[in-house]
Amino acid sequence: MKSNLFRARTDLLNKFGPLLALMLVYSFFAILNSKIITLTAVETIIQQSVIVGISAIGMTLVIILGGIDLSAGSIIAFSSVIVAFFMKSLGCDPILAALVGIAAGSMCGLFNGIIITRLKLVPFIVTLGSLLIVRGIAKGFAHSMPINVGQTWLSNLLAALPPDRRWQLIPPGAWLMIFLALLVAGMLKYTRIGLHIFAIGSNKLTARLCGVGVEKVTIVVYTLSAAFSGLAGLMLMSYQEQGDPTGAIGMELDVIAAVVIGGGSLSGGEGSVIGSLIGAVIMTIIRTGCQLNGWPAWVTQVVTGVVIITAVAVDRLRHRKVA
Amino acid sequence: MVTNGIAKTDSQSPLFEMRGICKRFGATIALKDVDFSLNRGEVHALVGENGAGKSTLMKILSGAYQADSGEMFLEGMPYKPNNPLEARLKGIGMIYQELSLAPHLTVEENISLGMEPTRWGFILKNRVRKFALNAISNFDHPEIKPDTPVRTLSISAQQLVEIGRSLASGCRVLVFDEPTSSLGQHDITRLFEIIKDLRAKGYSIVYISHFLEEVKKVADRITVLRDGAVVSTIQMRAASTEKIIRMMVGRKVKEMYPRSDRRAGEKIVEIKNLSGTSKVLSATLDLYRGQVVGIAGLVGSGRTELLRTIFGLDSVKQGRIKIGIYTGPASPVRRWMQGVGMLSENRKDEGLALNLSISDNVTLTMLKGFGPMGLILPRRRDDATQRWITELDIHCENPSQPVQYLSGGNQQKVALARLLQHDVDILLLDEPTKGIDVAAKAKIYQIIDSLTSSEKGGRLPKAVLMVSSYLPELIGMCDRIAVMYRGRLGPALPVDKIDQHTLMMYATARGEVI
Repeated sequence: MKSNLFRARTDLLNKFGPLLALMLVYSFFAILNSKIITLTAVETIIQQSVIVGISAIGMTLVIILGGIDLSAGSIIAFSSVIVAFFMKSLGCDPILAALVGIAAGSMCGLFNGIIITRLKLVPFIVTLGSLLIVRGIAKGFAHSMPINVGQTWLSNLLAALPPDRRWQLIPPGAWLMIFLALLVAGMLKYTRIGLHIFAIGSNKLTARLCGVGVEKVTIVVYTLSAAFSGLAGLMLMSYQEQGDPTGAIGMELDVIAAVVIGGGSLSGGEGSVIGSLIGAVIMTIIRTGCQLNGWPAWVTQVVTGVVIITAVAVDRLRHRKVA
Repeated sequence: MVTNGIAKTDSQSPLFEMRGICKRFGATIALKDVDFSLNRGEVHALVGENGAGKSTLMKILSGAYQADSGEMFLEGMPYKPNNPLEARLKGIGMIYQELSLAPHLTVEENISLGMEPTRWGFILKNRVRKFALNAISNFDHPEIKPDTPVRTLSISAQQLVEIGRSLASGCRVLVFDEPTSSLGQHDITRLFEIIKDLRAKGYSIVYISHFLEEVKKVADRITVLRDGAVVSTIQMRAASTEKIIRMMVGRKVKEMYPRSDRRAGEKIVEIKNLSGTSKVLSATLDLYRGQVVGIAGLVGSGRTELLRTIFGLDSVKQGRIKIGIYTGPASPVRRWMQGVGMLSENRKDEGLALNLSISDNVTLTMLKGFGPMGLILPRRRDDATQRWITELDIHCENPSQPVQYLSGGNQQKVALARLLQHDVDILLLDEPTKGIDVAAKAKIYQIIDSLTSSEKGGRLPKAVLMVSSYLPELIGMCDRIAVMYRGRLGPALPVDKIDQHTLMMYATARGEVI
């Protein structure tokens, strides 16, 4: 009885741990500066979390699988360049350009997945390589200069809402992120591939023994992850109204941090999409909060670092209790 | 996905057969010309000392290894699995010593893994539940509920989940590899009931163990392996424990184990009421120069942990360790400085840095004296190493060859050479001859003996504390032997007061003997 109660409580903590952290961080900054509790501030925070957040949805899958995708930042820049290139140089319809951009991003993931499974290389090395390859290609494509596209309806994806559309609460891009997160969370929970992702991350040998298509699932997951990064690239493009081959440098680390704060374990088998989104939001809150207080950028970095380590330390403690 | 039950047409011929199986790893011959057969509804025990080839044989059966030569037949058809999945699909399931479940998934997810009932990719939770309940209905265990994450279950419950998974996937042949090594008495009784029940339902079972009392309880037939070859296959009814032990031990004990004149000297280790944070509950033991003390006991009884606690790898909870003039717990670094060296049972992961050279491994703990001003001159290291290569007869190309290319026996000699190079006074040896060939074993025995011998002019003899699962080795090498049982270490008795049988009784005694 007692142990059931205990287990129920830790379960609760497992589920709502990241949310609790979110509230803690938010209240901390709210106490320091009440500007952060205005509706506009909240909207900005969510808007600013979208790019990392969308990429983190895909990264969550990779991390549950027990892998890692270091090429996420490069893919974001690459697809933003592709979208801009198709709109500007080829005069494509924004919709078509957007789809091509996401597809181009996905191809990078397909490449990662195939190399990892066929050559049996460690994901860290493969994606470290493709981090450089994809970044290089993006620069080559854009001649190392940003491609400006100017304002199109794509720009509305992440722009702050004008007064007449206030009722939408947050920009369409943010709604898209939430919708996709719920979709992927459902996939993880209710579909065969979702379960297989967890199984592979938890014990790859067993998964193989039980007839799980480890290679196939791995390729699918890396492709999906890159597709999400591609979509994040589209968001970046829409936000900056340009495709910048030098944009999003190092963003993969933000994305990984978001997943880890959200309960993902780098040894695989654990992670939650919703948690990762919360992780992304926590990091934005820290950045916004520090800015509102007029703290210099270096403080933001230190605080973010501390939060990441704390989050993982708390996570380990939590697990020791369950075991 | 699910293979059908075995056709009942021909009940005379064996369900499964192996003929003339041979397997070698590098220079080591693991199996030579092994025949093995399994009838329908039979429990066939496979026994033998460590390294006799039981696990290798079963890995060939389950597709993890491929035989170098020989044939296998399942229901009269040739059978040659390339991997464990293929074996499983053909109806052969392994219950591994190290359980192979996905710890993050629930019981029902584990059981249905790879064959989840789905519609359009969505898992049909109700069907999964029924599927799992059906599989676990074979046994009644309070912990096992379909939606419990497997990592929260006890080992015995996890084992049952694994059995359930094999049954659910349609396996008709189950291979149990040392299934009781980490179970308590109650769980063992339950497991035996389940095995009997499965046999009655027509499943065929291979039961690997070196606990003869257990084997006698469950098996119909027994095959004894020794040094990679079948000694004999007999009906359990016709086999007495003495007879089986004689078949298992076989070789002449005296020739294998040298024993020069040893004289117990100064007491250099004193352990009093020691308990550690893992497994060790109480241990009291003295070590003297010029003596080999053995620790017998089952795998999982806390023997390894005792050595680790003494050496500072596991923390001390209570009690006292006095080494020479030093008292109190210490880190491994300190222990090395105090003249204590430990040989890990886990050669591959802990004992050696496999991709480093022989020199690197041998001189790792003691880098002094290889050059002026703290410099380390590779030449001098290699010279020092070369001495041990010659002395221990390590087969290798040169001192800078990476250890991973050596055979198990030679790797073990390298690991031992590290203690010798460091010139420690107290050697803690955990399974020093695990998984190595007979010649290497003999060499290691010879070294242990010469270290403790009083015939060596000038040098003080060393003290050796040695853990082993191989009883003839303990009896052959040790001056005193203590038995570890569930974390408690018994008194170290002089070796002439005990024999193999008594030791086995002590170690496997599931009662109040100790």
